[in-house]
Amino acid sequence: MKLLTKALAATALAAVLSTTAQAKTLVYCSEGSPEGFTPALYTAGTTFDASSHTIYNKLVEFERGSTNVVPGLAESWDVSEDGLEYTFHLRKGVKFHTTKDFTPSRDFNADDVIFSFMRQKDPNHPYNKVSGGTYEYFGGMSMDSLIKDIVKVDDNTVKFVLNQVEAPFIANMAMDFASIASAEYAAQIEKTGNLDMFDQNPVGTGPFQLVAYQKDAVIRYKAFADYWGGKAAIDDLIFAITPDASVRYQKMKAGECDVMPYPNPADIKAMDEDPNINLMQQEGLNVGYLAYNNQKDKFKDVRVRKALNMAINKQAILDAVFQGAGKAAKNPIPPTMWSYNDKVQDDPYDPEAAKKLLEEAGVSDMKTNIWAMPVQRPYNPNARRMAELIQADWKAIGVDAEIVSYEWGEYLKRSSAGEHDTVLLGWTGDNGDPDNFMYVLLGCDAVESGANRAKWCNEEFNDLLVKAKQTTDIAERTKLYEEAQVVFKREAPWATIAHSVVFMPVSTKVKNYKIDPFGGHIFYGVDIDK
Amino acid sequence: MFGFILRRVGMLIPTFIGVTLVAFFFIRLLPGDPILLLAGERGISAERYAELQHAFGFDQPVLIQYFHYLTGLFHGDFGMSMVTRRPVWDEFFALFPATLELSFVAIVIAVVIGIPAGVIAAVKRGSIFDYSVMTSALVGYSMPIFWWALLAIIVFSGWLEWTPVSGRISVMYFFEPVTGFMLIDSLLSDQAGAFESAFSHLVLPSIVLATIPMAVIARQTRSAMLEVLGEDYVRTARAKGLRRVRVVGMHALRNALIPVVTTIGLQVGVLMAGAILTETIFSWPGIGKWMVDSISRRDYQVVQGGLLMIAMMVMLVNLVVDLLYGLINPRIRHR
Repeated sequence: MKLLTKALAATALAAVLSTTAQAKTLVYCSEGSPEGFTPALYTAGTTFDASSHTIYNKLVEFERGSTNVVPGLAESWDVSEDGLEYTFHLRKGVKFHTTKDFTPSRDFNADDVIFSFMRQKDPNHPYNKVSGGTYEYFGGMSMDSLIKDIVKVDDNTVKFVLNQVEAPFIANMAMDFASIASAEYAAQIEKTGNLDMFDQNPVGTGPFQLVAYQKDAVIRYKAFADYWGGKAAIDDLIFAITPDASVRYQKMKAGECDVMPYPNPADIKAMDEDPNINLMQQEGLNVGYLAYNNQKDKFKDVRVRKALNMAINKQAILDAVFQGAGKAAKNPIPPTMWSYNDKVQDDPYDPEAAKKLLEEAGVSDMKTNIWAMPVQRPYNPNARRMAELIQADWKAIGVDAEIVSYEWGEYLKRSSAGEHDTVLLGWTGDNGDPDNFMYVLLGCDAVESGANRAKWCNEEFNDLLVKAKQTTDIAERTKLYEEAQVVFKREAPWATIAHSVVFMPVSTKVKNYKIDPFGGHIFYGVDIDK
Repeated sequence: MFGFILRRVGMLIPTFIGVTLVAFFFIRLLPGDPILLLAGERGISAERYAELQHAFGFDQPVLIQYFHYLTGLFHGDFGMSMVTRRPVWDEFFALFPATLELSFVAIVIAVVIGIPAGVIAAVKRGSIFDYSVMTSALVGYSMPIFWWALLAIIVFSGWLEWTPVSGRISVMYFFEPVTGFMLIDSLLSDQAGAFESAFSHLVLPSIVLATIPMAVIARQTRSAMLEVLGEDYVRTARAKGLRRVRVVGMHALRNALIPVVTTIGLQVGVLMAGAILTETIFSWPGIGKWMVDSISRRDYQVVQGGLLMIAMMVMLVNLVVDLLYGLINPRIRHR
């Protein structure tokens, strides 16, 4: 039987090799199916891997493996003195994919940029309502209220006019929702009346072109020969959809996958010892935290928050919950992000000092609750276990905490409304900008909108963030954010718990793979040995 | 017979309405708001929330929503997935052949092995064979599917390398689906080795999925056979000097089959439940995994549509089973 299987595999391989002479194929065992192929419509990383990271480009891109913004479809950009106008100078000679339904008659130009953004911004745009027409990231990053106008200066120049100064704007433009689609293709489809086709058969300028998609089974791409950045080193890219992590690992061992995401923590050691697997790792762009509800009287005294922080044994959490795949957090942003202030001293683990601090604050027999998420997230693999450990730590200083949990949607809704005493949650960065962590999660505006689960509005902290938003000078912004982190630590609205470490098992045949800090999986620039 | 068929089909209509009610209201009883789940940690503004509520029709009273849903159904509109924004009907039929192929092969394996094993165990009651079959059936019935599937993968794919790990066919083969059934499509593709690859991919998941029905069928056949073998007419047949094979095969088995056929019909529902886990573990692109994902995302339209279509399939199979009774036992037709 073993021989039979091997003979079959050999026949299959021979058949393939004979048809695709010396083609380089990389098989990525992805964790799930994409929601669709138009990144602007969706929010899942799985979808972005299958669309914006393969089929499309943005005006600016994140440099592979880092959070630096580099030119993409725009070769360069200027910002006006007042910070309200961004003029993008577009790359010339960029081709769109040719598919069975569409042969482009022109290169990429300003019309494509305007189409891609106005579809999301203008409710009367012919494509706005197509395929459900919800643009969660565009709205979530406040792009609808931020962008006042988009002006075509000429075919190769486009100007974005903003309603207010917003330094993170350029980083937002590198996000997946800002992928550029073909206006010419959209116009062609509009004539047929079947507008949904536009999102089902995607046409982009990206390094890979979609060949076929079988839902829940496989996505096939081929390298786009006319890609403006040069043809990809691999000829065929295959996403073999494999939802179970243990099965992905078995496939990896059997040589059926070259790259797999999200390994089981339990398999990490064996992977590390496997000579055929290169186990890559990097700190994720995320933070897991416990937020104290500052609107509740018991947490209004900073000494109480500090005492509770000092009672938490983070190392025990890292060992038991993250099983080595985490790093203790001291700031609200991860260490891989610019402006991370390494000079900040974390609250030491010192139960005795914590007890004294509580006494000083006049607190005794404190009763509270710890909300534990019902789901596994990249920044918290087991919230229930984490809550139990914190509960035991607090018990040791005389604080009784009850663990509370709700269904995930309910959990988010109720914690957003501030029903909790303390809540475990976290965040994964969208655009590599510190504003995307600090303002979104701790700004005064976010108390009202709900994302600020600490319900903490500190004028000094908020002023620093607002100033940082309004200057485009990176050095200046860095200083402001560093200062903000000092205020954050002093005031302790959260217990910062951990930043998780991302593991990426890659076959030793695969060359030049880089872990994406945003959690994406990117194959342009990757090569594979035959 | 025609009147009998008509009566059975007539009973499907209230069942159908009942299923729409259950499918529609049960998913809404589960805690969790699909819009909040869609927004995640990012949260959502009150205005945007209201906009989306309106877009998905959730701002209307539930009874009105149900009425719209029913009206849509009678026009052949099963709604649109909130997540993929694709019609539920299209998604179902893209995935259903994979589930059908897997379930069909599994039930064939279960019947082909389960019935003879049950018959022999009954005939050789108290023998080592009987004990072995019944113990295996108990183990098969008790094993959690996900554990058995992972174990099978580790042993047969990992250690012994007899079968591929997961999927429906090696990713190296590529052809447009014609029927959606991989065994047939791979034959039609004319690609060397494609059929063998599709077949080898089907072996492990179908055996895993067949395990519980096989165990149940074997046990049911054994107990039905034991009952029938003690009947007077079987003794008479033996006394007449008929060969043992003929007595067991013609006289006893035919009568013992009625409860067994009922069991097989009921196992179709069990197969659907088993398919959910089997498909997830073997990366089998069928409706089981599609439904699980949709429930966790509270994708109401998919859950409703999927449940309804699965229920219709099960009803259809049970109708066929009912009609089969008539063939096996003519007395049932006249009741």
